[in-house]
Amino acid sequence: MSRPRYGFLIDLRRCIGCHTCSVACKNENAVPLGVWRSWVKQIEKGEYPNVTRSFLPLLCNNCKDPICVTVCPTFASQQREDGIVTIDPHRCIGCRYCMAACPYGVRFINPILQICQKCDWCVHRVERGIQPACVDACPSNARVFGDLNDPESDIAKMIADNSVSVLKPIMGTGPQAYYIALDITAVNAKSEGQE
Amino acid sequence: MQMNQTNYFNELERDVLSAMKKPNMSYWAALGFSASLLLMWALCWGYQIKEGLYVTGINNPVGWGIYLTNFVFWVGIAHSGTLISAVLYLFRAKFRNSFNRTAEAMTIIAIMVAGLFPIIHLGRMWKFYWLLPYPNQRLLWVNFRSPLVWDVFAVSTYFIVSLVFFYVGLVPDLAIVKRHVKGIRQRVYSILSLGWTGSLRQWVHYNKLYMFLAAFATPLVISVHSVVSWDFAMSITPGWHTTIFAPYFVAGAIFSGTAMVLTLVIPMRKILSLEKYITVDKFEGIAKVLLFTSLIVTYAYIVEFGIASYSDNIYELSIFKYRMVGDYRVIYWIMICCNSLIPMTLFVKKLRRNLVYLFILSIFVNIGMWSERFNIIISSLSHEYMPYAWGLYRPSFIEIGIFVGSFGMFFTFFLIFLKLLPVLAMSEIKEEAE
Repeated sequence: MSRPRYGFLIDLRRCIGCHTCSVACKNENAVPLGVWRSWVKQIEKGEYPNVTRSFLPLLCNNCKDPICVTVCPTFASQQREDGIVTIDPHRCIGCRYCMAACPYGVRFINPILQICQKCDWCVHRVERGIQPACVDACPSNARVFGDLNDPESDIAKMIADNSVSVLKPIMGTGPQAYYIALDITAVNAKSEGQE
Repeated sequence: MQMNQTNYFNELERDVLSAMKKPNMSYWAALGFSASLLLMWALCWGYQIKEGLYVTGINNPVGWGIYLTNFVFWVGIAHSGTLISAVLYLFRAKFRNSFNRTAEAMTIIAIMVAGLFPIIHLGRMWKFYWLLPYPNQRLLWVNFRSPLVWDVFAVSTYFIVSLVFFYVGLVPDLAIVKRHVKGIRQRVYSILSLGWTGSLRQWVHYNKLYMFLAAFATPLVISVHSVVSWDFAMSITPGWHTTIFAPYFVAGAIFSGTAMVLTLVIPMRKILSLEKYITVDKFEGIAKVLLFTSLIVTYAYIVEFGIASYSDNIYELSIFKYRMVGDYRVIYWIMICCNSLIPMTLFVKKLRRNLVYLFILSIFVNIGMWSERFNIIISSLSHEYMPYAWGLYRPSFIEIGIFVGSFGMFFTFFLIFLKLLPVLAMSEIKEEAE
């Protein structure tokens, strides 16, 4: 059996925009006030009376060729063999080069620890064989986490059965967070939500 | 002829060394003012270390604020010293002789100020030495693929070579100072002048070494700011990821550095009454360098926009539009006015030779070049690829305090330099007179 290579899938047909994932993530990872590891962007579109809301849950893409790992001067950002990009809190000196380099803007400075942090797909849970906190918490099962190399896993099956897309593949970093039914208007819209 | 020359030499020594005499009240006032700014710098930094980065305006999405702007600004200032000393020496441009000592001192001081900024910028600044590759048992090593590590090497190499170059140039002058002072000062200058007697053999070796160091320092003038520019160009942020960054930054650095030389030397010449030695002709030479680099920088502004338009890359194009008409448009237009439009007036010979005008212009250029760096760093980060990650950055009081305080540090050290070391390269001016 081949080594696992983790991926993340968000099925936007199922997303109801409840922000449970954001809250679960905050609880699980003790994310301080004002910053987010995972959050949901929401937009309203259309004109009255034909209006609709569209949601875009966001998290670190844990890219295949992560530029944050290339630029990190102290090897604090590293890519594990299973594809998850982690930040070693003991090695990070807080230079924020990764924040400047990341095209997805998912990294932030933890105001308490003075180091950079981001979503690592709850690697501490994954190592113990549990799903990431947001996946467990999602009430509509819109979030799927699993091994892309295992053809029997849910995520591999869903990716095989559906048309999936990633955010801004033009960046060439190979994002590993896939979306089903990604609403491109929601991606490109300006929003007031996350600053 | 021989007699006249001896008189001129004595006069030169007297004039230059009288600048090192007991300081007057205005000097103390200036020193007190800059030292109090330096104190403010220290207090602000101490507060930031104690409280953490949340006292600054920095976080996602703008992770690089005015600390990095200041770093690039001061490294740019540090450029002209070695340029004027080494490059113009190799080109035999005589007008450098009255500027080189001040410019080199400025380089050394500016690079010390600049070098502190990346450390101030770190979240955990007490771990800054992790950027240095040194053997240890904790398996810490630096990532040589990271441009930030290249920066550590580029800046420290530049500092060391500039310092050696500065010191070697000082040795004959320190021997002159030794002859004119008494007591403990004489002993100190005597040790520092390394037993210089001015014999022919010493001059032969000295000239060889000086030439060698000038040739060694010249590539560093290019390399250090190229590496600084690669900090930006190597990441894929729009507005940074272009190939012209290195030459563009080097020209900008020389531009800002020569402007800072003018800002410092014009008042210094007046206050220390050195009008005889730093003549208007020499200022005109510096003004021509300023004009030339201004044209290169202006060209870079146009090319940058041209590449973005021609490439049809919507992200690049959008960032340049954002710079012109977006949230930071005021900074952008200050940059264009101060760096491209106002220096154009130097085409007029009369203005090139008007020192008051040059002084005012140099202040504008300093402001313009700071705005350029602000514009490059902050506007790109606040308007990256993903609209959800757009945001504004506003420097906090602590950041502004550290920024203003860095000028205090610069001027404190510069004023101390004025009193401790001869401000003109006497031996070179003598050589020129012969």
